[in-house]
Amino acid sequence: MKTVQFREALREALNEEMRRDESIFLMGEEVAEYNGAYKVSQGMLAEFGPKRVIDTPIAELGFAGIAVGAAMNGLRPVVEFMTFNFSLVAIDQVINSAAKMMSMSGGQFTVPIVFRGPTGSAGMLSSQHSQAFENWYANCPGLKVVVPSNPCDAKGLLKSAIRDNDPVIFMESEQMYGEKGEIPEGEYLIPIGVADIKRAGTDVTIVSFGKIIKTAFAAAEELQKEGISCEIIDLRTVRPIDYKCIIESVKKTNRLVVVEEAWPLASISSEIAFNVQKNAFDYLDAPVTRVTCADVPLPYAPTLIEASLPNAARVINAVKEVMYVSK
Amino acid sequence: MEKTVAKKTKEATTKTTTAFGKDTYMYWYELMLLMRKFEEKTGQLYVQQKIRGFCHLYIGQEALVAGAETATRKDDRVITAYRDHAHPIGRGLGINSIMAELYAKSTGCSKGKGGSMHMFSKEFNFFGGHGIVGGQIPLGAGIAFADKYNGNDRVTLCYMGDGAVRQGALHEAFNMAMLWKLPVIFIIENNNYAMGTSVERTSNVHDLYKIGLGYEMPSYQVDGMNCETVHEAVSVAVARARKGDGPSLLEMKTYRYKGHSMSDAATYRTKAEVEEFKHKDPIESVLATIKKNKYATDKELEAIEEKIKAQVEESVKFAEESPYPDPSELYKDVYVQEDYPYIKD
Ligand SMILES: Cc1ncc(C[n+]2csc(CCOP(=O)(O)OP(=O)(O)O)c2C)c(N)n1
Ligand SMILES: [Mg+2]
Repeated sequence: MKTVQFREALREALNEEMRRDESIFLMGEEVAEYNGAYKVSQGMLAEFGPKRVIDTPIAELGFAGIAVGAAMNGLRPVVEFMTFNFSLVAIDQVINSAAKMMSMSGGQFTVPIVFRGPTGSAGMLSSQHSQAFENWYANCPGLKVVVPSNPCDAKGLLKSAIRDNDPVIFMESEQMYGEKGEIPEGEYLIPIGVADIKRAGTDVTIVSFGKIIKTAFAAAEELQKEGISCEIIDLRTVRPIDYKCIIESVKKTNRLVVVEEAWPLASISSEIAFNVQKNAFDYLDAPVTRVTCADVPLPYAPTLIEASLPNAARVINAVKEVMYVSK
Repeated sequence: MEKTVAKKTKEATTKTTTAFGKDTYMYWYELMLLMRKFEEKTGQLYVQQKIRGFCHLYIGQEALVAGAETATRKDDRVITAYRDHAHPIGRGLGINSIMAELYAKSTGCSKGKGGSMHMFSKEFNFFGGHGIVGGQIPLGAGIAFADKYNGNDRVTLCYMGDGAVRQGALHEAFNMAMLWKLPVIFIIENNNYAMGTSVERTSNVHDLYKIGLGYEMPSYQVDGMNCETVHEAVSVAVARARKGDGPSLLEMKTYRYKGHSMSDAATYRTKAEVEEFKHKDPIESVLATIKKNKYATDKELEAIEEKIKAQVEESVKFAEESPYPDPSELYKDVYVQEDYPYIKD
């Protein structure tokens, strides 16, 4: 094993795959000469040259569409959005072209593409730079949506995403790029669609994914001191969702809390709550509970961010709620 | 329709025909000095982490707003992107509320909810700082659409960066603005860089005013380091818009002295390049004119500087002493409907 930053894990995945397959190229704003707005692609222009590491103008709709067209014609683009907030400018091409192409062409045209970049809040940036998009893209059939929470998963999943023949949305976090974690020395892949039990426990299941899963880890540590044992499932992929893993865990713990950063309406948590009440109703000892961002655009002021985002204290409260212990 | 003339820069635009008097020069000087001192302080406070988030300074570009302000009325409209501290100062919004916004305080011009990138002032006809590059371009046309619809003669100044002109939204907005003769003036703040990407690296078309020509929009390249040339170009465009003859595009050649944002070391350009532009500093050149024409004595100039320094200090004090928004503010200002049923589980 070796210790690397999240951004380095992503870079290793990109480099290894680009060395392996000439048809893969990276495009996006500031990815080449500036070495990436968040330095994920550091050194890649030097290794692969401007044909394969391509700086674009600020024209998300255009370059997303160009990448989809290139994918229809045999290439395997990796498109970096500086953040997924800006993917809204491009979303027509992601949804109407990439996601629907195979279906509407009766299987003739496939779109092997990865759209990647950071999602979610990243400090005091106000609402246009703070949105979590996991559930937005997960809503759309034709896409796969991957949201890793640590460097090891990030590398293995990004390699799988690049090799995948379907369009994959791959979501990172500005706040995770500098975080370190252990990864294997050699090559490895992690399959898309498989959740990972990051912490085994017996009393309550906490399902989460991406950066915000840290609030669950912190909550579980605290709760352990009070004798409450949490099982933490990292979904890693929010489309498809590994329902089986969740149901198996709920059958054991009989209690479920879902933690996510997105807004509550039509979210991953509402989807999971539906699925669990449908398929594990008899196993539940308490209603499924969740912790999400407040149902408002995220403002700039720290007091309002504090009042809005999931944190360990809110996760602890949610766990105590499903455990029927006083807070 | 007036025939579209595309002027080349320098020869054509550094000379002006308008005679500017003492009052105008003194106004420009004070206004730009206020912007400069305010933002120099902002930069320091950012380093001290008093100001957070993304923060983009206008230092070097002040002549654009100063020259445009003397060419417009206070009831005209202004909209811009996230590099938006100078524009509301130009409109006349007090710096206390701008500093308080940077501090995320409830007394800020957006109640601490917007921060550096999202200054707004309805009172001063400032339609905001916008964070999605290019997003404000159609908005600017729409603001002008409403004024035309209402039959008044107000015009809208819609600012954008050189990077923003590569967004598709610009083309759709330009086309409709021309089709419907909207009273909007599109102003490109061409500081030659979009983050680390120079204009040359984003397109075949390096003279950005030419983008308007495809729509037969009157389009000009202007020396943006001079209040005089900016004023004159904006005046011509404003007159055209007020008459009902529609939009113009003004490419203002300018420069930002600082990095893109506070976290950018700006390694993509040379020190010499920055220095070259600092020699054309708009505040210095206005000051030189003032001194040459003896519009103010050294003592008077000193007094102005002292006054502005005190104003900036006062804004910091005001921001420091103001409270953060109360957490109960979270569910305010999202809907007009007062009893909107938020999901709170
Ligand atoms: C749609 C979108 N894409 C990317 C970004 C990230 N971004 C913020 S500013 C910027 C550069 C813009 O440069 P320019 O338009 O020249 O304005 P300047 O910063 O020079 O004033 C970029 C790429 C964004 N905010 N919105
Ligand atoms: Mg620029």
